[in-house]
Amino acid sequence: MTATETPLTRDIRPGEAPPGLREYESKGGYSALRKALRQMSPDEVIDEVRASNLRGRGGAGFPTGMKWGFVPKKDETSTRRYLAVNGDEMEPGTFKDRLLMEGNPHQLLEGVILASYAIQADLAYIFIRWAYHPAFNRLRAAAGEAREAGYIGKDILGTGFNLRVHIHGSAGRYMCGEETALLSSIEGSPARPRAKPPFPPVVGLYGKPTIVQNIETICNVPHIVNKGASWFRSLARSDDAGTKLYGVSGRVNRPGIFELPMGTPIREIIEDHAGGMWDGVRLRGFLPGGGSTRFLLEEHLDLPMDFGHIEGAGSRLGTGTMIILDDRTCPVGLLHNLEHFYARESCGWCTPCRDGLPWVEKTLDAIEKGEGRIEDLDVLDRHCTLLGPGRTFCALAPGAMDPLASGLEFFRADFVTHINDGKCPWG
Amino acid sequence: MFSREEIETIEAAIQREETPRSVSIAAMRFIQKQRGYVSDQSLADLAPMLGMSVSGLESVATFYSLIFRKPVGRHVILVCDSVSCWILGRERPLDHLRRRLGVDLGQTTADDLFTLLAIPCLGACDRAPAMLIDETLYGPLTPESIDEILSSYRELDR
Ligand SMILES: Cc1cc2nc3c(=O)[nH]c(=O)nc-3n(C[C@H](O)[C@H](O)[C@H](O)COP(=O)(O)O)c2cc1C
Ligand code: SF4
Ligand code: FES
Repeated sequence: MTATETPLTRDIRPGEAPPGLREYESKGGYSALRKALRQMSPDEVIDEVRASNLRGRGGAGFPTGMKWGFVPKKDETSTRRYLAVNGDEMEPGTFKDRLLMEGNPHQLLEGVILASYAIQADLAYIFIRWAYHPAFNRLRAAAGEAREAGYIGKDILGTGFNLRVHIHGSAGRYMCGEETALLSSIEGSPARPRAKPPFPPVVGLYGKPTIVQNIETICNVPHIVNKGASWFRSLARSDDAGTKLYGVSGRVNRPGIFELPMGTPIREIIEDHAGGMWDGVRLRGFLPGGGSTRFLLEEHLDLPMDFGHIEGAGSRLGTGTMIILDDRTCPVGLLHNLEHFYARESCGWCTPCRDGLPWVEKTLDAIEKGEGRIEDLDVLDRHCTLLGPGRTFCALAPGAMDPLASGLEFFRADFVTHINDGKCPWG
Repeated sequence: MFSREEIETIEAAIQREETPRSVSIAAMRFIQKQRGYVSDQSLADLAPMLGMSVSGLESVATFYSLIFRKPVGRHVILVCDSVSCWILGRERPLDHLRRRLGVDLGQTTADDLFTLLAIPCLGACDRAPAMLIDETLYGPLTPESIDEILSSYRELDR
């Protein structure tokens, strides 16, 4: 096998200043933009992305090119179109997009301009969570450079394509990351979700067609345009295309983000790249793709980490950032921590989520402290159904129930021990 | 009342945006940076500029957890309270912070230097347990590193 390529992180130097415009250009930066604007029609860009098999890296894994195809064509309608890039990244245990925004802002901007060209948007927003100050400052600086160089603004590269880019700094709340809530937030309202359908590619920002895309997804676009769809597919070790920024956190020796071929086996990611578990600590399970995914177990370690295999095992690839539960960590406490987060971040719009999550949190708190009763397990089980898919207005509540339902299934004996002994065995 | 510079900055932002209301969060972030927090008076001054009612703007301000509607200390400490930091023992450094500052989460020190708050996952799970002071990220935290960090801020503000 040839040395693995790392297109997304190749030019990132963690802890140092990101490549400026000149350096980015000297390494081939903005050549994809030249190629697309001069030699490809917007539809040809969409076709290339569709053929590349790129799927969204923000959690749901929707095929990117297909989504772009839902936007009404410019010759069918005179209405404006928008791009909104999702850099909210508040999913617990997720820390991949920060690396891309801080580490190579021009790569993201080039992807933003290309995606805007493909869907013929004339205004793109990059939405950045409050806590990411360096990312916000670096993207603003890079956008200034790109404007000076004529990559953003009027008549880009003399092709008649116009684009403005707004870097939007947010002010907290996990809900902002849900795609329709993100649109409300950009419009200056509380980040509450909207009913779907209609979906944002048809009715989005200010009622106009809008594509919402994750940061990592967008960063792949310049490389796909430059090197082609079949190159992109060939990067992967399984059916899902490209590389993936995998993350590992918990009691491992080298927690971090690793760009690896899509489909790299989980064991390889944890052991070879994250340095394995601490001495004397054993892996009991892990949430494969951030806080809103179902637990997987030791028996799943040899699975390829991609959309299909993780779904086949009953969970989701999600954001691809794993959180590891070890044998010295209390699973009830871990779930209590997660449900505290979801209860606090619920936007309060629909009753099952607004009232259910605090109940779940209180129940877990009682069990963790040794004050639980065996009937409490029924309460938790029932909530996993009542807050499940289709029962609430958005995906926050079902996402909150995924780790809980699987935790109740796999670690039920630990719940029972807490209740019977009246204390936390790890306490 | 806003200063002339503040008004000009907000009006320039309104010119660039699709609707005046779209500026509400950026404008409140800006006011907060200037004045430390968003007071009732600031809301009352800002709302008409954005074509919003005061209560409409207030419902935006209070939805977002990092728009401060009350005065905060000169430095805001946001301690991550999410899962990876919890696994790596966030309670120990947090207790140390509480003791050193003499305040609990949600409170401001008597000298108005620090406000201590909790924040979800800071996207720094490889540096857990982590915290943010103003715009700077710190981690992995230990009681010792916290002493060093706090004294560097105290030096700075002397
Ligand atoms: C509560 C909630 C929070 C979300 N947060 C994010 C986020 O921070 N970043 C992100 O890219 N997607 C997030 N998503 C997924 C988005 O709704 C959307 O699917 C995604 O941005 C689409 O981009 P992609 O197709 O490139 O993945 C979130 C979803 C939910 C339900
Ligand atoms: S599920 Fe929760 S977060 Fe989503 S709309 Fe309902 S209350 Fe809001
Ligand atoms: S859980 Fe604390 S930084 Fe991610």
